[in-house]
Amino acid sequence: MLPEAKIAIPRGEARRLRALRRVNVGDSSYNALLWFFGGSVLVVAGVIVFGLWGTASPAFRATSVLSFITSTNWDPVQESFGALPFIYGTLVTSAIALLLAVPIGVGFAVFLVEMAPSPIRPIVSFPLELLAAIPSVVYGLWGLFVMVPWLRSSVEPLLGSTLGFLPLFRGPPLGLGYLAGGLILVVMILPTIASISIEVLRTVPSSLREAALALGATRWEAIRVASLPYSRTGILGAALLGLGRALGETMAVTMVIGNSPEIHASLFAAGYSLPAVIANEFAEATSTVHTGVLAALALILFGITLLLNSVARLLVRAVTKGYAKAST
Amino acid sequence: MKGYGRRRFVNMAMTAFCGAAVLIALVPLVSVFWLLLAKGFAGLSWSLFTSLPTPVGEPGGGVGNAILGTLFLVGLACVFGLPIGIGTGLFLAERGNGPIGDAVRFVTEVLSGVPSIVIGVVAYGLVVVPMHRFSALAGAVALALLMIPTLARATEEMVRLVPSHLREAALALGVPQWKTSLRVVLRTALSGIVTAILLSVSRAAGETAPLLFTSLNNQYWNFRPDQPTASLTVQIFNYAISPYEDWIQKAWASALVLLLFVSLMNLTSRFLARSRLRGA
Amino acid sequence: MKKKIVMLCIALGGAALAADSLLINGAGATFPAPIYSKWFSEYNKLHPDLKFNYQPIGSGGGIKQITEGTVDFGASDAPMTEEELSKAPGVVHIPTVMGAVVIIHNVAGLTELKLSPETLSAIYLGKIAKWNDPALTKENPGAKLPDQAISVAHRSDGSGTTNIFTDYLAKVSPEWEKGVGAGKSVKWPVGIGGKGNEGVTGVVKQTPGAIGYVELAYANQNKLAPALMKNKSGVYVAPNIKSTSAAAVGVTIPDDYRVFVTNSPTKDAYPIAGFTWLLVHKDQKDAAKGKALIQFLWWAQHAGQQFAAPLDYAPLPEPVVKKVETTLKTLTVQGKPVNVAGS
Repeated sequence: MLPEAKIAIPRGEARRLRALRRVNVGDSSYNALLWFFGGSVLVVAGVIVFGLWGTASPAFRATSVLSFITSTNWDPVQESFGALPFIYGTLVTSAIALLLAVPIGVGFAVFLVEMAPSPIRPIVSFPLELLAAIPSVVYGLWGLFVMVPWLRSSVEPLLGSTLGFLPLFRGPPLGLGYLAGGLILVVMILPTIASISIEVLRTVPSSLREAALALGATRWEAIRVASLPYSRTGILGAALLGLGRALGETMAVTMVIGNSPEIHASLFAAGYSLPAVIANEFAEATSTVHTGVLAALALILFGITLLLNSVARLLVRAVTKGYAKAST
Repeated sequence: MKGYGRRRFVNMAMTAFCGAAVLIALVPLVSVFWLLLAKGFAGLSWSLFTSLPTPVGEPGGGVGNAILGTLFLVGLACVFGLPIGIGTGLFLAERGNGPIGDAVRFVTEVLSGVPSIVIGVVAYGLVVVPMHRFSALAGAVALALLMIPTLARATEEMVRLVPSHLREAALALGVPQWKTSLRVVLRTALSGIVTAILLSVSRAAGETAPLLFTSLNNQYWNFRPDQPTASLTVQIFNYAISPYEDWIQKAWASALVLLLFVSLMNLTSRFLARSRLRGA
Repeated sequence: MKKKIVMLCIALGGAALAADSLLINGAGATFPAPIYSKWFSEYNKLHPDLKFNYQPIGSGGGIKQITEGTVDFGASDAPMTEEELSKAPGVVHIPTVMGAVVIIHNVAGLTELKLSPETLSAIYLGKIAKWNDPALTKENPGAKLPDQAISVAHRSDGSGTTNIFTDYLAKVSPEWEKGVGAGKSVKWPVGIGGKGNEGVTGVVKQTPGAIGYVELAYANQNKLAPALMKNKSGVYVAPNIKSTSAAAVGVTIPDDYRVFVTNSPTKDAYPIAGFTWLLVHKDQKDAAKGKALIQFLWWAQHAGQQFAAPLDYAPLPEPVVKKVETTLKTLTVQGKPVNVAGS
């Protein structure tokens, strides 16, 4: 940096220089506008967090966080609130969803990227976009009138008679319940997992695959040895993003889970999830503690999805951008 | 060789598994569309689009106010969401290379994963309580909060894709920086941004949870942002969990309308994307 | 061209804002939703410029929203508690109709179900788990009760219907009173949750072997036969207008109208009945809305009552109507009394 030279400038010249600077009013206001928008997002995020915290604070004063999370007693009359049934329900339905959606989603992606002949590819990827675009309430409608009766009349009796020795599959087949909630989530997070897996698999350098094939591997062996290990991190990221979506899904789950704030071992039993209880009870929670508790649940949900999404995106980005740069 | 036969078998089995995965994924899609068409089509009628709901338990009427309400809510959400979303995207593309840019990008990505019910709770505290009423405005704010992250990311991507020689050529001709950004770069990226807008609109139109306690519902036509408003998604929810045959029939028909709208938005955005890639 | 579009938008916007129809917002109980929506529709025919937008979100929601001031009136079948009233000063209860909480079921081939306080509370406590339980077969000789699990349905939202139902159960079952208690939202020992009266009806209709409690209108509109309940006098009573009205016989109505009429000792009274109220501010802040609301309340007490019977709601007993008339006359708009019979 050169030191500023103090040069004497004739007055006319100075006026011209000042005029030139004024032309940049457009630029400086544009710059200010851009920074305003950049800051606005940070402000929005801050408002969300502080707003939630503010609404939730009466709950924190009324009960300790630990007892809130571990108690199963959801009793608005006695103002005793235990969040465990909802956390349990959310976790169980999400676990079912991941267990089924990851193999199917990755299988879908593998088929599309590695196995399908190229004319078929756009035909197969378009339905995925459509699946992702269907609104949650439409899935709920379909779940309530198609999936739940099917579960009640075919699937649950079958599971009960064959695997009924496990506590997971005992009890009367209601149709509604954890299993219904989990299965509808499978359908809803499948597009997320599949599309990100496709993106990730596409970054696998063909040299890796070709090397395996040159050594005499079958197509599956090449996938198993070359593509999958390479994209392992990215697929993990896809699974985490799918999990994040499953945790926050409200409408479809509310319509099929049975809305019962209790913990049952059986998947056939009616349960509840964090977003469902907020949706059902928020408009009418009269005491500030009740409202606070629901806002606290929203805060917990926000925190968990925040964490999951951050980790997931870091993983996916590491694979799609980092590795791609390294291999070129 | 015995080993090779087994390996070939495993290869075929895994191919079959992956193919089966595709079919399994397609089953719910086909089922949803098929059922909506089968059950919903019968309920489609002129009065569905133009009539108001009838009293509880009385058959007849329609969801005209809900369809209008959804369009109203999404339109209002665009008023807030489009400037902030596109503006943030522009910021990230043009000034986003430093630590603050990284922070904003990170926050935007993270915001896109916030569950919509949480956004609804926030909008309740931000708009409904101070205004002392449920309103279309509150619903629109919630929807805007949902639209902003996707719009920002898409805008940034599209603007970064614009070849730098376009920008450099404009600057070399003496066009001020701000004019270059807006009238040259943004204009070139416009079709991509329009694609993103269509997708955000389609997502906003399909949201239910954030509207449950912000815009509530309304049995009448509503054009005022400070009053509760009906929306197609909330109406479908209310009708679906009810016991009335007539209402369930309307739920299917309304869901068909919603699905057609969403599919149309998606198809249009795909068409735009393809024509852009062809160099139009 | 662009200018013309902008002018058109401004014109439309102005027209919309300047529209001379008045929109009055209310929210609350699903219990009276069938009759309220009928009332508002009929009243709108008489006064096309007055629109009452009623959203059935549950009694809990009605109480909360009138307390927060987000609606112009609330509706609840659960009278507000002292604590709730302290947070909503100036809110009064205006009774509108009486209704019955009936027990519906989804058991194929079962036309008439008889229940007593003992069997009903045992079912909802989870003690009776199957339809062919000896207690039920004893009470219903000749009825076809299958070997099917009972799927209990209850409300998932804050409900006045639940309040009436649990108030009854607490009165007749000491175990229920100690273990669960009464309220708009209780800790149900068993069951699936449905949102609103319509949600519970929906669950029962779609789940074979289900049992649920809903307002009579919902049972009738969906052709679900309500159970006969054994009342305090030992008589099995069917829920209808006559037995619902009988529940209010001999009950002293307090000045604030907050009263339960469950488990009535009257011989032909249905034991699970109750009033439902509209919650309004004693002094209305908005001149136009306040006047319209108070005049509507007057209409509801008189001309509106004719719509109750076709929907199986019991009209208010005459002495109650007289009492409400005096209360309505004390309501004010911005401090000034209003011509109540203006409609």
